[in-house]
Amino acid sequence: MDKKADRTIITVVGKDTVGIIAGVCTYLAENGINVLDISQTIVQGFFNMMMIVDMNGAAKPFGQCAKELEQVGEKIGVSIKCQREEIFNKMHRI
Amino acid sequence: MINIWEVNETNKMIEQENLDVRTITLGISLLDCIDSDLEQLNRNIYKKITDTAAKLVETGEEIERDYCIPVVNKRISVTPVALVGQAACKTPEDFVTIARTLDRAAKEVGVNFIGGYSALVSKGMTKGDEHLIRSIPKALSVTERVCSSVNVGSTKTGIDMDAVKLMGEIVLQTAEYTKENDSLGCAKLVIFCNAPDDNPFMAGAFHGVTEADAIINVGVSGPGVVKKSLERVRGENFETLCETIKKTAFKITRVGQLVAQEASRRMGIPFGIIDLSLAPTPAVGDSVAEILEEIGLEYAGAPGTTAALALLNDQVKKGGIMASSYVGGLSGAFIPVSEDQGMIDAVEAGALTLEKLEAMTCVCSVGLDMIAIPGDVPPSAISGIIADEMAIGMINQKTTAVRLIPVIGKKIGETVEFGGLLGHAPVMPVNRYGCEAFISRGGRIPAPIHSFKN
Repeated sequence: MDKKADRTIITVVGKDTVGIIAGVCTYLAENGINVLDISQTIVQGFFNMMMIVDMNGAAKPFGQCAKELEQVGEKIGVSIKCQREEIFNKMHRI
Repeated sequence: MINIWEVNETNKMIEQENLDVRTITLGISLLDCIDSDLEQLNRNIYKKITDTAAKLVETGEEIERDYCIPVVNKRISVTPVALVGQAACKTPEDFVTIARTLDRAAKEVGVNFIGGYSALVSKGMTKGDEHLIRSIPKALSVTERVCSSVNVGSTKTGIDMDAVKLMGEIVLQTAEYTKENDSLGCAKLVIFCNAPDDNPFMAGAFHGVTEADAIINVGVSGPGVVKKSLERVRGENFETLCETIKKTAFKITRVGQLVAQEASRRMGIPFGIIDLSLAPTPAVGDSVAEILEEIGLEYAGAPGTTAALALLNDQVKKGGIMASSYVGGLSGAFIPVSEDQGMIDAVEAGALTLEKLEAMTCVCSVGLDMIAIPGDVPPSAISGIIADEMAIGMINQKTTAVRLIPVIGKKIGETVEFGGLLGHAPVMPVNRYGCEAFISRGGRIPAPIHSFKN
């Protein structure tokens, strides 16, 4: 699989609080996942972040990272979702 | 690069608007299983299915996890069993053993339905075809996951009225055999005209003889997404309405295309087609009838319904065609009654009748679908309804189908519970005048003329 196809979108949605980005990035750093891009906004008081990451060098398989990130989210009180980027490219780009 | 709004739009469709991939259906050819020894044939079939589909469910679940998109059903379709079994099966009872084998194989690999307990008799029946058809009531009552279909007509061949007459009796017998469960067996039996070889949707899926050894077909869904996008253009003109449906259908189909390609790559089985159907479920907000209401009808069935459905069906195709490299199957809007809460509401309000449903099937796929009728109708009435629907398909060069459920022991207005994706349905009245003399003529309706279209 080529490098581009292995990019993953992480979305974080929930009530804004201290340390959301820190919590997520700590997990990513510890597991060898490289952040390529971050955008973040507050929509109607809700924290809303999207990260594009490269999981080629990840220490663990995709499914495990997705599950563990979900648990990281539960601890902070936000919902974290990991999806391969192609689903968005397919839907929004011709 | 993808931006946060696009990501949010996709995830909103999945989380709030019921966007899902309705089915990954693995088509498997059983032609190389044929043997004149029945036991050997059953062993061959079991092995071929369990070997080919070993990774199907697992692959579907992996795709779900990687993209966070629900893949609701993983299913199998096989070569019409009448073709596979003719050399070995000398009685209807022999065919039932194959149904049991299919059921066992489906359970082993973990799929919820297996389609292809079928016969293609658009011009005539062989002895084997007839044995299979006569075995359907028993086969559907002793198995859980087997789905059956019979193609009784086509634009090229006309309609086999002997088969239509027989199917009226078979539908009623199937109802009788499964009367303890509200005649549920009939929900797994479809009668077709112009049946496609690559349909991934049950109960009518089978793996046509023109297909490769194994193939992945995918059915997308998303009535909820179309409905939500139309809410944003309320009161706008038809141009805007149609553009909105097209764009939404494009996005939905692209997800199906991705899932189909991924499933194909991961399983090492070629990708066949995407079926562009809007397939409703009984869940609120996942209804084709609600789209019709959003287009401007008080209820599905009101004057204007056929026109609204025609434009919806056409725009879904126009948007979807460009999103996928191969389109096939049934591809259109499904209008099953029991599986669509908006349809059920329309019937209960008195807005939607069997006759209006028949008119609607002229402009959309696929036919009179999941309609409960009283269990005491004569077989000739069911045959008559089948003949009408087959004629619509034959003349208009489209696929039409009939999946009626004569509910034994229930009267008009009572409700039948099928449960799960099959939903529930009010028992609808059938025109009470007879057609016995018409149905018992025997023989065929000739193929129609292909010019002088009016």
